[in-house]
Formats: sequence, C-alpha cells, structure tokens
Amino acid sequence: MKKDSFWKRVTGWSLFLPVVSLLLVMAVNIIHDIAVGANPLSFFMITLRQTTGNGTILYGRIIDILNRGSEVAILAIGMTLVVSSSAGTDISVGSVMSLCASFCCMLLAGYGVSSATTLACPLIVGILAGILLGVICGMFNGTLVAYFGIQPMVATLILYSAARAIGLLLCNDLIVYVRNGTFGIFGGFLGVIPTPVVIAAICILVMTLVLKKTALGMYIQSVGINGRASRIAGLNSKRIIFLTYMLCGLFAGIAGIVASSRITSADSNNIGLYFEMDAILAVALGGNSLGGGKFNLAGSIIGAYTIQAITTTLYALGVSSTQAPVFKAVIVILIVAIQAPPLKAYMKRRNMAKQVKGAA
Amino acid sequence: MNKKVLATVIAGAAAVMMTSAVMAEEPIKIGFAQVGHESDWRTASTKSCQDVFSAENGYDLSFVDCDNDEAAQKEAVRSFIEQDVDYIIIDPIIATGWDTVLTECDEAGIPVIVIDRTIDDSDKYAAWVGSNFKTEGLAAGEWLNAYATAQGIEEINALVISGSTGSSAQIGRSDGFNEVAEKYGWNVIDEQTGDFTEAGGQEVMENYCKSYEGQFNVVVCQNDNEAFGAMTAMDNAGVTYGPGNDVILISFDACTAGLEDVKAGKITADFECNPLAAPFVEEVIQKLAAGEEVEKEVYMVEHWYALEDAIVEFEVDGEAQEMTVVTDEVIEAQY
Repeated sequence: MKKDSFWKRVTGWSLFLPVVSLLLVMAVNIIHDIAVGANPLSFFMITLRQTTGNGTILYGRIIDILNRGSEVAILAIGMTLVVSSSAGTDISVGSVMSLCASFCCMLLAGYGVSSATTLACPLIVGILAGILLGVICGMFNGTLVAYFGIQPMVATLILYSAARAIGLLLCNDLIVYVRNGTFGIFGGFLGVIPTPVVIAAICILVMTLVLKKTALGMYIQSVGINGRASRIAGLNSKRIIFLTYMLCGLFAGIAGIVASSRITSADSNNIGLYFEMDAILAVALGGNSLGGGKFNLAGSIIGAYTIQAITTTLYALGVSSTQAPVFKAVIVILIVAIQAPPLKAYMKRRNMAKQVKGAA
Repeated sequence: MNKKVLATVIAGAAAVMMTSAVMAEEPIKIGFAQVGHESDWRTASTKSCQDVFSAENGYDLSFVDCDNDEAAQKEAVRSFIEQDVDYIIIDPIIATGWDTVLTECDEAGIPVIVIDRTIDDSDKYAAWVGSNFKTEGLAAGEWLNAYATAQGIEEINALVISGSTGSSAQIGRSDGFNEVAEKYGWNVIDEQTGDFTEAGGQEVMENYCKSYEGQFNVVVCQNDNEAFGAMTAMDNAGVTYGPGNDVILISFDACTAGLEDVKAGKITADFECNPLAAPFVEEVIQKLAAGEEVEKEVYMVEHWYALEDAIVEFEVDGEAQEMTVVTDEVIEAQY
C-alpha cells in the first residue's frame, strides 16, 4: 500500500511525463550503443579534454546537449510567461535574437566594418545595448498585445518579419565578424564549463527566484486564467501582459548574444532561424497548455533540453541530416501524444478501475 | 575629283564621329534582378555587376535586389521589359516557373542572360554564366589524392560537412568529391549538412569528433563559414588541422576570411566559387551585339588556393590544374 502511494506520487508529479520523455530519448542511445557493441553508457560519459588553445574543458554528449540547448532554454523562459499571461505565442523571438546579435556586433565592429579584430566600443556596452534592444522589441510587442489588444500572433508577426531585415540593414547587408577573443567568451568556456550553460542557469535561477519569492508568478497565471476577473480583483492585467512580453524580449536578446558569440559574428540571415518554433515546442513538451493560465517553468526548460537531446541523439545514431527532421517529427508527436489530455484521462480511469478491483 | 574625295572622307569621318557621339549618349541599358544580399559572396556578385556595367563603361544598369522573393523577381523582370532595356540579367531565386516571363522577354526581343543559379523549365534565354560545382568537387578530390600521395598518406577517411541539402552547390560538390572518392576507394565516413552556416558547421563537427574519434584524417566543408565552425569544434576536441597536422581541412568558396585561414595554416586547401560573373556576362553581351553565336553554358574561370607546401600537380578530366599560392596580395585582391 505504501509502495503504491509512492508510485502514485511520482506519476502524479506534474513533471513526470516531460522527464520520462527526456529520459526515453536518451535511453535510445544506450540501446544503440549495446547494439553496436560499444560501452552502453558512452553517450553519458563526461570527461576532461585538453583543447587547442582553450585550456581544459568538460567534454561529452551530455555537455553538448546542455550547451547547444542553452538558447532554446533561455527563450523558453520568456515564452512560458507569454503563453501563460496572454494565451498566445511570441513568434518574433528568433528574429529578435538576430536583430540583437546584429546590433551588438555592429557596435563592437563599427558600422560598415565586416571584419574586426579590435573592438570599436567596450565589450560591455555592445552586449548591454544588444540586450536592451531585445527589451525594447519586447516592449513593442507588449504594447501591441496588452494595450492595443492585437492578437499575439499578429502583433509579433510584425517583428518576426521586420527584425531580421533591420538587423541586415544594421550590418550593411554583410556578415559582421568580431574576431576578438573577449567577445567569444559568451559562447565559449568559463573555466571547464561552457559559458552558455552558465548563462542559461543564471537566467533560470533568477527567474525561478522572482516567480517564487514574489507574487509575479501567481499574477501572471491569474491574468492568464481570467484577465477580467484579475482586473476586478485589483491586478493591472495589461501591465502584467506587457511585462511578460518585455521579459520575453529580454531573454531573446540574451539568447541572441550567446548565439552570436558562439560564432563570433552576426550572421543575421541564420541566427535564431526557426528558434521561435523550438521555443514554443519546448513550452508544449514541458506539459504546458498553449491556452494560457497555469504554467510550469521547469517543464519548459526540460522541454528545451529534450529538443536538443533529440538532435544530439540523431547525430549520435548517425541518422542522415536529410532524414533527421522526419525522425524528429515522429518523436515529437509521440511525446505530445502521451501528454494529451484524453490519454491522461484514460490512464486515470484505468488506475481507478484497478483500485476498485483491488478494493473488491 | 580630289576635292570630291576629300569631301567624302570628311563626310565619312563626320558620320563616324556622330555615331560614336550618339553611342556615348545612349548607353546600353541592362536590367539585373539579383537574388538578395544574404552573404559576402552575394555582395561580391552584385558589386561585380555594378563595377562592370557602370556609366563610365557605357552602360545604364537598373539593379533590383529581390530579397529572396521569387514573385518580386518576376515583377522586376517585367518592369525591365516595360523600361525596354537592351539586356536582362537574372540570378533566379528558384529554378522553375520561368517560362511565361521568359517568353514575354523573348517576344519583346530582349536577350536574357542567366547567372549563377539555373533555370530548369525554360530554355528561352541566351546564355547561362556560372560555376561548375561538380568541377570544384572533382578538383578538391583530385588535389587531395595528389597531396596525400605527396605526403605519404595511404588511407583517406573523410568526413563531409555539406551545404544546404538540394542546393546546386551542394549537389555538384558532393557529386564531384564522391566520384573521386569512389575512384580511389576512399572511405567517406559520414556526410551531414551544416546548411552553409558557421553554427551548423560547429554543431556537426562537434558531433563528428565524438562519433568518429580518431577515425578520420580529412574534413571537407562545402563552404568557408562551415569550415570556421568546424575549426572551433576541432579546437575544443583537441584535434589539430591544417598542413602537417592530424586532419586535412578542405573548404570551398575561398572568400577573404577563408583565404586568411589558408594563409594561417588552418585550411589546407580552398576551392573558389567565383562570384565575379559580370566580366563573363559582358563578353556574352558583346558577342550578342556583334551578332555572334554564344555558348548556352559559360563556365567561369576559378582558382584553387593553398600554401606553398600544399601545392601539388593534378588533373581534372585530363586537364592539368593550376594552383594559386595564398599571399597577402592574393587575399587583398579577393572579394
């Protein structure tokens, strides 16, 4: 009886399915490694590796997942809040990433310069300006959604199509290279740990603290569940929706800087391309409803790393990149399906039937 | 009699002068519908046309940047017909759906010259000027064979980071290289796409380094940006590359930044994809103006770059290839 209740507690945990999905994806690698006769745990091995010119770093596929998944994880934080408060998605985050990266690199290299090895302005100015531009983009989206009452998808469609183009203008239609070691640090390594992982961890930690220690999390959910009722209860619903879009822009800015630092350049055509889709998917994979209201931030983060785990697993299995999207789609369908309400309801009914049987 | 001859000569001279004056006043009108401005390569291609078809050279160029919008491009071509230009240059964004527009050009009597990308569903254009991607792939393969022989490397285990799947550059370069690989019995371990981007090259190489640790000695990147990414990933995995190191790194495009890495001894050899189509287009236009036959497919001259140590002799389709040593002047002159 006691064991039963423990099992029930685990399956009843809101993150149960997202975590199981992530573990299942990674478990595929164990099966593959056994099948090819390699060390069953080789996918999970983390070692210290001597690099060429970068000191010693942590090395392994798990590190890759944490590292490469950072941008989507950072975006997923903002996306979760936006989805919760406004029951809509911000589809501009990928383009805003590109715009912020372009603005930052333009400042660092100087306008019209396509390749710079010395910085035209202090690093911190470029980085902060890039992130600030993200916040401004978020405020723009937030104003349209919260104060003008425009549908979120339509409102964010504007920057979705415009931001990348503005970025290209800022970069004078070129890929701007900032080949300076100090700029590369945000996409490189901090000691033995990849910096993007550290940045993502800080973003997640700060946001979690804010949501837990203040009433903001509750406010956002209550606005999402019923905006009018929240307003009558004394919450400024519009301001809260505005705030979530602003935060979403902030995180898009941070993600843009990370993506740009990885390649020490502003490739405005490709930075953040389709990332808005991955961020929305992360929210959904985390078991959150895209209909707004209650949200689980940890779920979205797990969702983000699940997406990256799928990508890395497909590489590890040697699936050709032409077929990879098909496999990715199948896995995503499976994960979304096992979390679908009808299936959950069915499992619940079956459990109850079992209990009734047991009692009888 | 003498006077009469003199008068004729003077009249003739005057006529010649007048026609040349008229010619100087009326430049050749050219309409150019460019794809967009997505890369350094594209920018170089645009600049090449603007330089060659300048007012000083006797041209009047209408340039339209179509921003990768195929409908806008067809609209641009129609506006060229309305402007009654003398020649139309198109770098087609997509390969199909051109027949109607090209028929309109044909009816208006305006010759069309297609550059870079190809048109598959119509032949109503005067000529196509572009790169032979397969030759680039073949050259990379044959160079590798000659270089490996010279270095005493017996076994080739290659990893390929290909371009955007289905693009003509990816298909040609893969076909060419794989043909040579088959000929010499090389082991091409894996081929994954890096989408012609640095981030793509980085991620693919990061995974290659783990999947095939210690099993490869050649990495082929289908453009320079992918090579930049692959280098970062190999640095992080402690794999050394370039002439005299663990891995032979081959790249395509040969843009300025790529050549700088060749000079720095990082990329072993770089195979150019020439963006400067305009001089070849001008040749075609001059031939058309003189009423001469032009070839339907004009391939541009391209260069293969390496450092002194990696210069070897090799042949592609029985033709001896010349290689260019990368120096500061060469980098300076590159797009």
